[in-house]
Amino acid sequence: MAGSAETEHKHRAEAGPRGNDVRSDLHVAFEPLEARGIEIQVESRVAAYYGANIHAQAQRVLTELGVAGGRLSIRDQGALPFVISARIETAVRRAGFGKDLRSLPEQTNLPAPSAKDRLRRSRLYLPGTEPKYFVNAGLHEPDAVILDLEDSVHPSEKDSARILVRNALRAVDFGAAERMVRINQLPLGLADLEEVVSEAPDLILIPKTERAEQVVEVDRCVQEIAKCFKIKRPVWLMPILESALGVENAFAIASATQRVVALTIGLEDYTADLGVVKTREGNESLYARQRLVNAARASGIQTIDSVYGDVADSDGLRDWGQRARAMGFEGMGCIHPRQIPVIHEAFAPSAIEIEKALKIVAAFDEAQKNGLGVVSLGSKMIDPPVVQRALRLVAQAKAMGLVPAASVPAGQER
Amino acid sequence: MSHGGEMTKNAAGRMVPKIVNDRPQAAYAGVGGYEPTGDKCAPPIRSCKDYPANGDKRVADLATALKRCGLKDGMVISSHHHLRNGDRVALMALEAAAQLGARDLMWFPSASFPCQASVTQLMDAGVVHHIEGSMNGPLGDYCSSGKMRGLGVLRSHGGRWQAIQDGEVKIDIAVIAAPTADSFGNANGALGKSACGSLGFALADSIYADHVIVVTDNLVPFPCIPWQIQGNNVDYVVELESIGDPSKIVSGTTQITRSPDRVKIAEYVARFIRDAGLMRPGFSFQAGSGGIALAFVAFLRDMMRESRVKARFVRGGSTKYLVDLLKEGLTDYILDGQTFDLDAVRSIASDPRHVATSPFTSYNYHGKGNFASMVDVAVLGATEVDVQFNANVVTHSDGRLLHGIGGWQNCLFAGCTILAVPSFRDRIPVIVDEVTTFVGPGELIDVVVTERSISINPRRKDLLEAVRGSSLPIRPIEELQREIQKICGGAPEKAKVTERPVAVVKWVDGTVLDTVWQVAEVKGVLRPSREASPE
Repeated sequence: MAGSAETEHKHRAEAGPRGNDVRSDLHVAFEPLEARGIEIQVESRVAAYYGANIHAQAQRVLTELGVAGGRLSIRDQGALPFVISARIETAVRRAGFGKDLRSLPEQTNLPAPSAKDRLRRSRLYLPGTEPKYFVNAGLHEPDAVILDLEDSVHPSEKDSARILVRNALRAVDFGAAERMVRINQLPLGLADLEEVVSEAPDLILIPKTERAEQVVEVDRCVQEIAKCFKIKRPVWLMPILESALGVENAFAIASATQRVVALTIGLEDYTADLGVVKTREGNESLYARQRLVNAARASGIQTIDSVYGDVADSDGLRDWGQRARAMGFEGMGCIHPRQIPVIHEAFAPSAIEIEKALKIVAAFDEAQKNGLGVVSLGSKMIDPPVVQRALRLVAQAKAMGLVPAASVPAGQER
Repeated sequence: MSHGGEMTKNAAGRMVPKIVNDRPQAAYAGVGGYEPTGDKCAPPIRSCKDYPANGDKRVADLATALKRCGLKDGMVISSHHHLRNGDRVALMALEAAAQLGARDLMWFPSASFPCQASVTQLMDAGVVHHIEGSMNGPLGDYCSSGKMRGLGVLRSHGGRWQAIQDGEVKIDIAVIAAPTADSFGNANGALGKSACGSLGFALADSIYADHVIVVTDNLVPFPCIPWQIQGNNVDYVVELESIGDPSKIVSGTTQITRSPDRVKIAEYVARFIRDAGLMRPGFSFQAGSGGIALAFVAFLRDMMRESRVKARFVRGGSTKYLVDLLKEGLTDYILDGQTFDLDAVRSIASDPRHVATSPFTSYNYHGKGNFASMVDVAVLGATEVDVQFNANVVTHSDGRLLHGIGGWQNCLFAGCTILAVPSFRDRIPVIVDEVTTFVGPGELIDVVVTERSISINPRRKDLLEAVRGSSLPIRPIEELQREIQKICGGAPEKAKVTERPVAVVKWVDGTVLDTVWQVAEVKGVLRPSREASPE
């Protein structure tokens, strides 16, 4: 059906995956016609329920993209509306139409804007061309989702992933998760920003960062677009250091702009750069990771660890997470939802730690109330850095919902 | 072409035929609304003088057995489904009947499977007139598209027993595939190369049918122990090389779902059972074979260990996961309705605490009670649930037949019935305004658990109270429905069906609960390579 017309019109274009195993996605073929008039053919797994709906949506999208004449064929495997719009827009743009025009799906409610120092224990990677994983990602309650435009997207699909991710940022409810986007390396990454910043991502991950100037450039570009689209929410930055040079420049990168909130590391690329094998224990990257923690603390931001690649090995993941926390990391990446609870557990302070910290904080409050400069607990004097650490730990534990209700003033819990 | 004409509106508000396959019907009158009268039916009296004194009832083959049973046009031939998709016997019996020239038979399986798809050809050829039993895949499509001559009748496992004992269906010849049997006709399903576990679903057929043929590929000298099927009810025994494909009779191991969304549903189910106080010493639950049901058992097992709570009994669909509970001492008994995997088949053959049950003990509504209502928690699936908590398990939302009722309707009588379902599949909402086919009354459905939230039937104030203040995501079903419709881009169109009935759905008391209509042709439908079952 779709292939036969290819030679007749050189601007014919396609988008989206084909095949019977495809789920929750669609294939679109668009063929521009000289004459005015739009012809739409829909085949769909859900034709009995949404056949007319898909037809009407396709018509609307073509109109919004300024298409006056053309033939559109849709083979839909139960895709949600934001995916249908994205695939049609991709095909139309590939055909050379719709420049500077967008067809946006309905705007969903966005979560509260991200605080600079919010919890970032877990960030779930979602390949930017796999919409079926988007819609329920928030239900697994990661602290963040990463819509990935970089390594999980084939070079020939960068354009379609951008449009899909843009639509997802606008239409998908990710719950309380922070909405992150991993762009491509510069300069390709700048084109990603052009497409997605308008939909107010909470954070941009900058891959393979080696120099502070790269961060500055991304920040400038983000701010320009955000201003243009009147985005009032902060768009934070998280550089990913993935080379020896990047690690050497960690502090400069961490302090490149006010909007950098965390440093993270990509261990596959980093170990490849060193020419060493990445192991389960990770001793080969100890220096780099500790260097990151130090650089990030020195500029007052968070440090987030890499991903743990073996999804089936939750014990290995838990060990890694606990060691990472002990080193000063505040979270790590996840490549499967089942890693989320394991990571949250690994990065949670223990009940004993919390209890001790609560006692110190109570003693500190008591001393403040009584105007005492010295904090004491029982017969022991508590040093100021110990108080600071306890305050920080209690704040974290509260954010993780680990402090018993009696210890939290009413109204602070969700 | 008309299928019996006059319709009436039943207590569920559904239009149902007054006559089905020439038999007058009672319309559904609400849960407990129908008063049965009269006596149970019984097969003709037989005498030992007509059977061999040495107990050897073997005949050469199925055709001989059918002939000696007096096979005639229009007869009712029954079979059971414990060999599942590996069964060879039912099809062989119908084909033998075809060769003998029989026509217009009614096939009365306890369930049908894809391996029996070629029955459509026997229907085309006029050998089989219609099917009363679950129909899915090609058989479901055949019926849904209006090609079957009679009306399909969908009954629950308990409803099938009820229909037989009440005389609604008179079985002329029961053909019972038996993994182990002796020449007298004693039989069980626990042993032999085609072992399938319990033979409970063939029990009614053996007791009430006019003629009974036992077909086995593992003939043992008398006595065949245990004898779940008693030879005293059996006319003929046929020995075959093979009654089925063992690899399709039971799966090696049943798999827990890997889908993170379904794992989430399973976790919510287990937490609900714990937090609502249903998981208490001596409690009982029923779990099926679907991926969600298995995953929920794994979560519940951990919680039972942690709280040192032991169940008195669990009901299956038994699987490795239930067998592990038994071995670990987390339950005293498995009351087995059907046996799904190799571990469970071995267990039922060797562990006296793993007990084979039948639809009579478990499910039959026209008895002096049954086990189903004594179970504390039943976890079931559905294709659709509406905002009144009514549910559908037999058709897709587009009206096509998908699935049999199984024990589903019978299990609704549990103390707490939980439907564990995704909130939508692909783009198709599972939570709807009104179910396409009415199979389970909402008053018996207590909780709907999805990956997004848990909704409790407002009738169950006790459950709402029990989980007050819990961290579970509990909210009204209407709220969930609005959310799903927003995600899916509006409400789906209603099923496009014609005015012609193709099947009826019976309630557990034999009344007609709903009608399945011939589906209308919809343009541009893509069919997936394999259709999801409603786990």
